[in-house]
Amino acid sequence: MGKAAAPDAESTPSAIPLWRDPKKRAIVFQIVVLLLVLGTAYVLFSNTQANLSRQSIATGFGFLQTESGFEIGESVIPYSSADTYGRALLAGALNTIKVSFIGIVLMTILGVFVGIARLSRNWLVSRMAAVFIEVMQNIPVLLQLFFWYAIFYEAFPSPRQALNPLPGLFLCNRGLIMAVPADNAAHQPMFIALIAALALWWVIRRWAKGRQERTGRSFPVVRTGLGLCLLLPALVWLAYGAPTALDIPELQGFNFHGGITVSPEFSALLLGLVLYTSAFVAEIVRAGIQAVSRGQIEAAMSIGLRPGQVLHLVVMPQALRVIVPPLTSQMLNLTKNSSLAIAIGFADFVSVANTTINQTGQAIEGVALIMAVYLCFSLSTSVFMNWYNKKTALVER
Amino acid sequence: MGIAMADKNIQKTSSDSDRPIIEIIGMHKWYGDFHVLADINLRVQEKERIVICGPSGSGKSTLIRCINRLEEHQRGQIIVDGIELTSDIKNIEKVRAEVGMVFQHFNLFPHLTIIENLTLGPVWVRKMPKKEAEEAAMMYLEKVRIAEQAKKYPGQLSGGQQQRVAIARSLCMNPRVMLFDEPTSALDPEMIKEVLDVMIDLAREGMTMLVVSHEMGFAKSVADRVMFMDDGQILEENNPNDFFDNPQHERTKLFLSQIL
Amino acid sequence: MTQQASTTTREHLKPPVTHVGVLGWIRKNLFNSWFNSLLTVLVLYGLLVTIPPLFKWAFVDSLWYSSPQACREIDGACWSIIPKNARFIFFGFYPEDQQWRPLTAMILLFALVFYTQNRRSWNRALFPIWTFGLVVMGWLMHGGLGLPVVETAKWSGLPLTLTLSLFGMVGAYPLGVLLALGRRSKLPVIHSMSVIYIELIRGVPLISLLFMSSIMFPLFLPEGVTIDKVLRAQVAIILFTAAYIAEVVRGGLQAIPKGQYEAADSLGLNYPQAMRLIVLPQALKIVIPPSVGILISAFKDTSLVVIIALYDVLKTTKVTLSNPLWMGFSSEAYLALALLYFIFCYAMSRYSRKLEKALHTGH
Repeated sequence: MGKAAAPDAESTPSAIPLWRDPKKRAIVFQIVVLLLVLGTAYVLFSNTQANLSRQSIATGFGFLQTESGFEIGESVIPYSSADTYGRALLAGALNTIKVSFIGIVLMTILGVFVGIARLSRNWLVSRMAAVFIEVMQNIPVLLQLFFWYAIFYEAFPSPRQALNPLPGLFLCNRGLIMAVPADNAAHQPMFIALIAALALWWVIRRWAKGRQERTGRSFPVVRTGLGLCLLLPALVWLAYGAPTALDIPELQGFNFHGGITVSPEFSALLLGLVLYTSAFVAEIVRAGIQAVSRGQIEAAMSIGLRPGQVLHLVVMPQALRVIVPPLTSQMLNLTKNSSLAIAIGFADFVSVANTTINQTGQAIEGVALIMAVYLCFSLSTSVFMNWYNKKTALVER
Repeated sequence: MGIAMADKNIQKTSSDSDRPIIEIIGMHKWYGDFHVLADINLRVQEKERIVICGPSGSGKSTLIRCINRLEEHQRGQIIVDGIELTSDIKNIEKVRAEVGMVFQHFNLFPHLTIIENLTLGPVWVRKMPKKEAEEAAMMYLEKVRIAEQAKKYPGQLSGGQQQRVAIARSLCMNPRVMLFDEPTSALDPEMIKEVLDVMIDLAREGMTMLVVSHEMGFAKSVADRVMFMDDGQILEENNPNDFFDNPQHERTKLFLSQIL
Repeated sequence: MTQQASTTTREHLKPPVTHVGVLGWIRKNLFNSWFNSLLTVLVLYGLLVTIPPLFKWAFVDSLWYSSPQACREIDGACWSIIPKNARFIFFGFYPEDQQWRPLTAMILLFALVFYTQNRRSWNRALFPIWTFGLVVMGWLMHGGLGLPVVETAKWSGLPLTLTLSLFGMVGAYPLGVLLALGRRSKLPVIHSMSVIYIELIRGVPLISLLFMSSIMFPLFLPEGVTIDKVLRAQVAIILFTAAYIAEVVRGGLQAIPKGQYEAADSLGLNYPQAMRLIVLPQALKIVIPPSVGILISAFKDTSLVVIIALYDVLKTTKVTLSNPLWMGFSSEAYLALALLYFIFCYAMSRYSRKLEKALHTGH
């Protein structure tokens, strides 16, 4: 109990001591932390420099211009051991992109299929999907890769006794060998016709939407679009004389010539990655569809919409909001997991970078390159996800 | 609730030789082994207003959900406007276009604006041009007194507003019968009146209505018949005055004593 | 106007016979539409074609404890590769006469896990019990104080897998919580450092961190100081897992209503007290299910140390397969190992789902 001290209007408020002012404390705290981090970084840095010079390891990225001296198993661009490290790394990066891109497409298709199967009212189908999901999710992806790779090398015979499940398709321990249409002048125009068909589909879609708004009559856009995608390239094909020549692989000596060969490394990597990640995608799709409450479907059915319309107009828009963000995460996961290629000998970016590090000794630059490349993938995915989330957010109070 | 008794002078159903708009004959329904609806017999004339009440679990919601085939019955017949409800998809679609439903939890489509919610059915089921559908939708929105919210999203509206939109959405399909599954049970008390007022307006205009509800004031002032359901059966039905003043069945008396 | 039913008890009829019982279940779940019926037929056919030959290979024609020569004579599976090489696959290079130690440590671990999974054990005693358990396990594995020392370089097989996952999780959790708090901090330096760390680590594959740790860590240390390979890998796993835990914990912190923070402030608690006493106990409870998910991932991810030549249980299996005696039986070895991983991971994920249901009712 003291006298109430009336603040003297004349006196200036005394400065709050440093250790009691939250703002000042925060600044001091941050300075201390920053000094600690920078200090540690400096120590590590100077140690590294000393160690590097002691072991006569070069620094800098000059090695990218020097000759690499090693071969790469398979490459999208022409490459030989006389090319530079830089070109080798580029070939590796393209391999990573190739397997990731094909893997993402396949994993999405398979994942959606299994996710919907999981929700099927057919007990057998639903159970089998559940088994697939549980088994694939709970076994490490590297083990799955080793398994599929071993299947190729142990279970499949040599080229001379290759399995021939379908005409023109051979399975052996050299890989998957397929017949493909022989190179022909018709291929490029056919591809252009396909692009044209897709563009036409887009145009028809917009026209049909406008017509429906004006007159109420609907138009089978999807069927027409698909039909065009089949018809236009087929017409071009006919115009070029319907070339049917196939490049069929033939056994010559100990190996196949002709056709295309999909290496065991690529096949095992793709198969393992797709099966593993699609199990996670299936769960995401299932969760997304289940997130749409039953009441929504009932309301849509009550106003007379058909099941296809209910799916398209009410369920999918809401389900996609829930599905797309984690789906992009899984796409990123597949890309990151493709780095395991090194364990089965597929020449992806990490694998090539590893060889480079071993030969030049420049570990820091090598690891930095690996991280930089993958950071590009993940940051662009983050940007996309943020944009998508903003665009589709449900408007609430 | 302050609902004028004058509303009782609403045009009563013309009980001539018109066939009933809904006929349920000897209907039974099971959930697995559980016999949820037993021997339901019901005839609803056009322009009739029926309120169904009863304890929870009595099957009243299940009953009206069978009428637009949100639930399937296993025995007996349900005939709506001359069309019998079977597994035949064509019949189901025809019936659903004639019957509108208002849910306890509104079930508005959150990713569409209010006006889009209303025009979805007319555009995609009745194949109406968008402009025509929007004009009709605005008219119904004005009827339920919520026209100024047309461009908003359901998430931005209160519960009472959402339910009024839900009623307008059903009306846009021009149904001959409206089913209400506990339309005010999920609303805060101060919003119940605005929804009941809309329902009374509808009744005044001669809409055939089946309402599952505990709002006894509404039943007393608007209903032609009140039904009591318990344990899967319709135990008692009567005109509102006799129903409330003079319940016959033991369980009806018990139920009424608990809620009034 | 009329009453419908005058009986006070009504008859409960049996539903139509094709709608219940086995017949009803079959009708409803397998044949309720022509499309489903077609699917059922196709699936049954597919199963009929694949399951019997597989069964024959795996169980009828197989050998379970034979010599490799006998295995090569038969068509069936050679499961003998596992029992005959069990010591190496499970314990790797750990000295044979001391192998009772990792075995005891593993049994202790399973006992602890079994004790912890029962929610009734979730009280204040749990933390000291685990600390004590971890110390005992560390002592058993490493030695000292009466037991001969076994350097970490010899730790291999299943104990290594479990060590890397367990200590990975234990080390990553505090770091992850700090990062999550740092990310939510309003101090710009702390916030940006946390964000940079989390986004950087989450954006790169674990393999790059393992490379970094095994190749670059030696460069960071002054001349003469070395850390052994297992420790390097352990640090990499801890750094990696911490970033994922940080994101999960951040979700938990966001889920705590603002009112809790305000109540803590109005009681006069400072930041560390508010976090320790009010916020973190609630947030960490919310994120237990996704944390178990991260533990499952960490367990699976330990298999990546194969690539930096550490002998976890996957690598020991691989080495066994490169033995000329046992070459060619990869499918059997990998399938058996897959079963081991599956049992562990499936048990953990079932538990996590059960937990999520149980904890959800509280919120």
